[in-house]
Amino acid sequence: MRTWLTQHARTLAATCARFARSRMASLLNIAVIGIALALPVGGYVILGTLQHLARTHGSTPQLSVFLALDASGDDAAAVRDRLKRHASVLKFSFVPRDQALRELKASAGLADVVDSLQHNPLPDAFVVDARDGGAGNLQNMREEFRKWPKVAHVQLDTAWATRLDALLRLGKLVVLLLAAALGIAMVAVTFNTIRLQILTQREEIEVSRLIGATDPFIRRPFLYYGAVLGAFGGLAAWALVWAGAYVLNHSLTEIGQIYGASLNLRRLTPEESTGIVLFSTWLCWLGAWLSVQQHLVAVDPV
Amino acid sequence: MISFTAVCKRYPGGVEALKDVSFTVADREMVLVTGHSGAGKTTLLKLMAAIERPTSGSVVINGQNVGTLRRRAIPFLRRNLGLIFEDHKLLFDRNAFDNVVLPLNIVGYDSREAARRVRAALDKVGLLHKERAYPITLSGGEQRRLAIARAIVHRPAMLLADDPTGNVDAEHARELGDLFRSFHQVGVTVVIATHDALLAQHLASRAIALRSGGIVPEFPRT
Ligand SMILES: Nc1ncnc2c1ncn2[C@@H]1O[C@H](COP(=O)(O)OP(=O)(O)O)[C@@H](O)[C@H]1O
Ligand SMILES: [Mg+2]
Repeated sequence: MRTWLTQHARTLAATCARFARSRMASLLNIAVIGIALALPVGGYVILGTLQHLARTHGSTPQLSVFLALDASGDDAAAVRDRLKRHASVLKFSFVPRDQALRELKASAGLADVVDSLQHNPLPDAFVVDARDGGAGNLQNMREEFRKWPKVAHVQLDTAWATRLDALLRLGKLVVLLLAAALGIAMVAVTFNTIRLQILTQREEIEVSRLIGATDPFIRRPFLYYGAVLGAFGGLAAWALVWAGAYVLNHSLTEIGQIYGASLNLRRLTPEESTGIVLFSTWLCWLGAWLSVQQHLVAVDPV
Repeated sequence: MISFTAVCKRYPGGVEALKDVSFTVADREMVLVTGHSGAGKTTLLKLMAAIERPTSGSVVINGQNVGTLRRRAIPFLRRNLGLIFEDHKLLFDRNAFDNVVLPLNIVGYDSREAARRVRAALDKVGLLHKERAYPITLSGGEQRRLAIARAIVHRPAMLLADDPTGNVDAEHARELGDLFRSFHQVGVTVVIATHDALLAQHLASRAIALRSGGIVPEFPRT
């Protein structure tokens, strides 16, 4: 156990020494991995911010519930009761048919048309604010409301919400594809780096084997190198995203002030930050592992 | 103990390097393996260290059948051996000290104890003053001795030396012979492959003579 620990500590020290020795190459590697990782992470941050904006600043999703023309005051009261008790309803207001007509009359250029009407063609209506603005939820509410007695028609203004939803979903897909592609690139970069290291250390590997080194002992420094590269790459990505958000937030705040809204890119949480570094470490370790599996066999004297 | 029983070794390509070779080497014995170039000396030593596997027959070292050893067990066999290679296999990117410490790092020695042992080994071969020197700056004889230091630093019970006096003049060869004899005297089993008749004469121990992969029978003395 003691020797096992010393071996690992020694390998880690040797790995750091190797980083220090080939400073330029290592820095470039870290930069490549950091940038590759920063792109999807940045996309993720922007998406998260948009989603947040959509939820808080976007027009609250509304449904208009139109009653039948022959609905009485009691029918309207019954619908009002149901809405009051409904869990998904944030708030609602009642628009009596007379008021609706008056508003219509007031809006530009329609006064003549309204005056020419014999009787009021507009029904009583409720305007309902939903608690959750997801497009799916609004659809469900609509299906439910239209089955109520004396409800003639339920109209929902989901076009905007649906469109944004679809856009965000597309954005998520793009970020995911980007992450997959760049993840593969990260594995490839480590794979190749380790391949070169194995080539330049061929002799040392061969001699070590001949004098009694086990396979894990020979593999260990390369796997460590991969993992450390990944960890530094992850930190670099985190720093890039942080710096990017810092710079952008500056100008975003100005824009936000003009429109009277608070525009700010969201920060990565500590959990997300740790996750990024761990994931990057794992990916590069994987690249190193694949490379070691592939290339150490070639150096095998037995 | 080393024991070969009816060992044949055929390399891919068809060369029969060893044909029906049987012999034993007792513990603490010193044995020479002699023969011309191409006789099969190197192959014989490689079989002992499981660097090559026999085509048929058995190679047994300390009760362990080396020829059928699992791959994962091979490193532990080699840690009990001191191997001196024909081309000495020194690493030219590090100094003498770092070359010799390699077997100890592999086993995971405490670094202070390792340093002590490396200096003892370098002292034994007369290279203590060259511990910071790179192998490229050493003479042929010094490189040989450095390789010997690396082979003995972990104090193996068995030393296998392949042509340790190649490219070394007669006087240095004799010194190297004395060095091996001193290991033998402290109880190490020593197997030396050589085509150097002078060294063989100087050491005057039992010889296994190879010719084209077979053992030349000893003629009874008259
Ligand atoms: N790896 C190999 N592949 C094919 N033939 C080999 C190999 N190693 C040695 N041989 C052949 O086996 C024979 C014995 O070689 P070796 O054991 O090196 O002899 P020695 O050490 O006595 O000079 C030679 O004919 C040599 O050409
Ligand atoms: Mg030879």
